[in-house]
Amino acid sequence: MSERPIVRVDGLDVFYGKSQILFDVGLELKQGRTLALLGRNGAGKSTTMKAIAGVAPPRRGVVEIAGANVAGRPPHVIARTGIGFVPEDRQIFPEHTVEENLEIGAKKGPGGQDAWSLKRVFEVFPLLEPLRYRMGGRLSGGEQQMLAIARTLMGNPVVLLLDEPSEGLAPIVVARIGELLRTLRATGATTLIAEQNMHFCLGVADDAVVIDKGSIVYRDTIAGLKANEEVRRRYLAM
Amino acid sequence: MNLVALTECLTSASCLVTQTTSGLIIGMLLFLVAAGLTLIFGVLKVVNFTHGSFYMLGAYLALTVNGLTNSYFLAVLAAAIGVALVALVFERFFMSKVYGSNVLMQLLVCYAFILIMDDAVKIIWGPEFKSMGMAAAFQKPPLFIAGGIVPVFYLFLIIVTLIISVVLWLIITRTRFGTVVRAAAVNPSMVSALGINTGLVFSGVFMLGGMLAGLAGGLAAPVRSLTAGMGFSILIESFIVTVIGGMGSIAGALLGSIMIGLVRSFGSIGFPLFVEGLMFLLMAIILILKPSGLLGKEG
Repeated sequence: MSERPIVRVDGLDVFYGKSQILFDVGLELKQGRTLALLGRNGAGKSTTMKAIAGVAPPRRGVVEIAGANVAGRPPHVIARTGIGFVPEDRQIFPEHTVEENLEIGAKKGPGGQDAWSLKRVFEVFPLLEPLRYRMGGRLSGGEQQMLAIARTLMGNPVVLLLDEPSEGLAPIVVARIGELLRTLRATGATTLIAEQNMHFCLGVADDAVVIDKGSIVYRDTIAGLKANEEVRRRYLAM
Repeated sequence: MNLVALTECLTSASCLVTQTTSGLIIGMLLFLVAAGLTLIFGVLKVVNFTHGSFYMLGAYLALTVNGLTNSYFLAVLAAAIGVALVALVFERFFMSKVYGSNVLMQLLVCYAFILIMDDAVKIIWGPEFKSMGMAAAFQKPPLFIAGGIVPVFYLFLIIVTLIISVVLWLIITRTRFGTVVRAAAVNPSMVSALGINTGLVFSGVFMLGGMLAGLAGGLAAPVRSLTAGMGFSILIESFIVTVIGGMGSIAGALLGSIMIGLVRSFGSIGFPLFVEGLMFLLMAIILILKPSGLLGKEG
């Protein structure tokens, strides 16, 4: 582990009211790599994502981004350190056009990066261009997912956090989202993907961690996880 | 009740012009106050009961600045800016502390502020009725339109409030600030996750709302008698307007304001003792037909 991780999460405990959801969660995300956070429904994937993004502040633990601990800071501060969070249910602004949704996400990266613009988004997401004046609420699930990813990219994040990008989408749309993520990976993006669907992650992720009942139970490469039938049967409903 | 007078007025062009003008003025000034109220409610989900006090403060600031500079323009400007600053301080140090707490707590904070403002006005400007007087620029013979008498100042007020409404609409629909404000009204936590400081957006909205109320107070000052407590009746009317138009809808506030303005001006001829009652009656009928208000969202 010579290379310093961009995101280092350690000893994360998260509570909703009195019930503890995450127990001592830790993970590391390295530059240019894609990490899959896998687990069943309710295992704590979304909560981990929300805790990193600051939407569900942890009670204890460290969330280090490029060496600075941001645990407990408000979401907009964390976003400005370079975390680009795409939430589980996409949360498109339904009464804003596609273009307005993208504009709300627009900002410079923590180091002044401004690689992403409307023009570049429409190059990478050609399906969105003809929809630019359509209301967000009138898009299909797949279109909303693409818009949610594009909107976050408009903020020039250093790390992309994708919460269940394949959820509720038709297989052909899932394949298209997967393709898109491979394109992004080829450009050197650093990504954390929370998924139930391991197969979706196979061609997209490099490494995998498995979470169960709020604790990390397994770490490996994604290929290693694929080969480990026992872990898959035990922790991932297939 | 004087239905004969009302019928006579409705069939006479001159009376129609006069009453419609005065109704529009009441309505448009009310709109400036109600627009801020509904905007603040739509985005911050709090009912700003101090909004009437902002209007009052605007009128008194205009009175003082007009006295010092003899410029109605500077007076209105001072009212807008002064009240915007007061609104900012009130939001940052008081109101923002009770976001998300129960309505009773918010009501208490606002009510305290209303009492303090009313007393401050009595201490600074005195308890008696004040009048600002008409600026020299408007001391001209009135216009006659279709036989109806329309003072120049009335025409000026209608035009200025219309321009302000258009500018407000452009800000909300065409600027990045407006886009973010509309998004924050629907889903503040997503706006925040995209790197936008929603606390600042909330302050901005509160300031904008306060500025509109101050502007309304300043603009209205020459044709209103100023008194501590003058904020209360406009607050009630603004509520009626927001409820009629739909809580959170600016277009609804415009529609509701003009309706209330016309009901007031024509109602004062047909039902001189029941004008207030007419407004509540109108509100009740609209709520029965459409409980979310004319342009409000269902549910």
